[in-house]
Amino acid sequence: MSLDRSDVDKIAHLARLQIEEQDAPEYAQNLSNILELVDQMQAVDTTDVAPMAHPLDAVQRLRSDNVTEENQREQLQSVAPAVENGLFLVPKVIE
Amino acid sequence: MFDKTLAELAQGLKQGEFSSVELTQAYLARIKSEDDKYNSFITVTEEQALTQAQAADEAIAAGTSGAFTGLPMAHKDIFCTEGVRTSCASRMLDNFISPYNATVVNKFNAAGAVMLGKTNMDEFAMGSSNESSFYGPSKNPWNTDCVPGGSSGGSAAAVAAQLTPAATGTDTGGSIRQPAALCGITGLKPTYGRVSRFGMIAFASSLDQGGPMTKSAEDAAMMLNVMAGFDKHDSTSVDREVPDYTADLNKPLDGLKIGLPKEFFMDDLDADIAAQTQAAIKEFEKLGATVKEVSLPNTALSIPAYYIIAPAEASSNLSRFDGVRYGYRCESPVDLEDLYKRSRGEGFGPEVKRRIMIGAYALSEGFYDAYYNKAQQIRRLIRDDFAKVLSEVDVIMGPTTPHPAFKIGEKSSDPVAMYMEDIFTISLNLAGLPGMSVPCGTVNGLPTGLQIIGDYFAEQKLLNVAHQFQLATDWHTQSPQGI
Repeated sequence: MSLDRSDVDKIAHLARLQIEEQDAPEYAQNLSNILELVDQMQAVDTTDVAPMAHPLDAVQRLRSDNVTEENQREQLQSVAPAVENGLFLVPKVIE
Repeated sequence: MFDKTLAELAQGLKQGEFSSVELTQAYLARIKSEDDKYNSFITVTEEQALTQAQAADEAIAAGTSGAFTGLPMAHKDIFCTEGVRTSCASRMLDNFISPYNATVVNKFNAAGAVMLGKTNMDEFAMGSSNESSFYGPSKNPWNTDCVPGGSSGGSAAAVAAQLTPAATGTDTGGSIRQPAALCGITGLKPTYGRVSRFGMIAFASSLDQGGPMTKSAEDAAMMLNVMAGFDKHDSTSVDREVPDYTADLNKPLDGLKIGLPKEFFMDDLDADIAAQTQAAIKEFEKLGATVKEVSLPNTALSIPAYYIIAPAEASSNLSRFDGVRYGYRCESPVDLEDLYKRSRGEGFGPEVKRRIMIGAYALSEGFYDAYYNKAQQIRRLIRDDFAKVLSEVDVIMGPTTPHPAFKIGEKSSDPVAMYMEDIFTISLNLAGLPGMSVPCGTVNGLPTGLQIIGDYFAEQKLLNVAHQFQLATDWHTQSPQGI
């Protein structure tokens, strides 16, 4: 699987990553090499093999539906780039 | 004093040969004078360390101390430490002062340990050389032109350079065992779920596991005693009794059955490393073990499967770094999309971006079955290979890495060549099995590691096997020249 410039642009957009114009060819090359490596998988017959999501085949733990967390908003927002009145600030999204 | 193990230092503290404050001051002074050469620490926490050491000395005087009280150590900078920068070696988190502690950090604090600082690593633990760190690469104390391995390269270099007696590491595809091998120290990746991942910044959640990096197997057992255990804050933490990992260290190895996978001794393996691995196996035979050849036929598929699963999980985990709630935010964003794209584009380095993009691609519409699903199927084949072999033998052994440490810059332009260095370690993470690396020789003055693999939750067995090897050999006590 070989990727070109427009593939890199598309993937970078999906991942919300700014890629500098001059770096795009190198990413295209490196990503193509990695995909070539992973394509070795396609040669293996995996019919009837169940995908394995967890090494110990564990299932999600449940707990009773009680409030257990304390409010730590001030502490957690102390490391935010921009907050006001307990809200995270971002550029305007609605005109 | 700097060549002493944790076990020896604990003895010294107990017998009053030195205080924890004296010990801590000595290590802090050594880091200050020597770490310019190795760049193994990102942050040194002098003030907190001395406060912890003082408290430890008081506990020792009051008779309320435990096995780890007053012992200095360092945390990989992937573990969140309250009030201390937790950077994950990324520009993205260069300004991040964690508001809480990782469970592993809490456990060491509760045990009375003294944190000297936070160690260097590959950015977001993505790498096998430490070269992707935002703070520059850490260097191998055996030859500072060479990489210390990665991603826990700073921890390995700091232990090898005797800047700390022990450190924590994390292992997603070999990130404890490979740097341990390349720096001539002992490293243990526990069974998936054995050590809490809470507050350990996530790379690939189904593979990540924290563990000890030390001078000896005995020290690794002491550290695992502190680290292991169930944590309700980690949804994949295993609720299972924690044994005393030091209890079985002295069991004889008579009758131990060792399997040598033929796939670990082929093609690209350095001839000297192959010979040293065989010499180590001979030591085990002298100790009463029997050896047989086994097969893990899908070993070569572990790298392709890993480079789908790990990036897919990483692309999801790292979506939280968006410039909104914490971490790096770009200057003057024009709109929300610009804020996301530039904060992430400027905050992440090239290897992290590559992996995020591979993951985003593999998970994008139309590709899921061909990539992620296929990789998860292959993961089961790899796990089943191990299960079959481990029903016939007690432990599996082989080299930890195919080559000794390489030169800084040698592989950085070719990501795929770098990925191949993890060929022997990655399969364990896919299977969730525990593994250790112990020093077993040197090639051109660079250390090499023997990997010991066991069944799920067989850490006690691995530590026993490694400890007996270290009683019979002295590779683990050797230090780089001038140290």
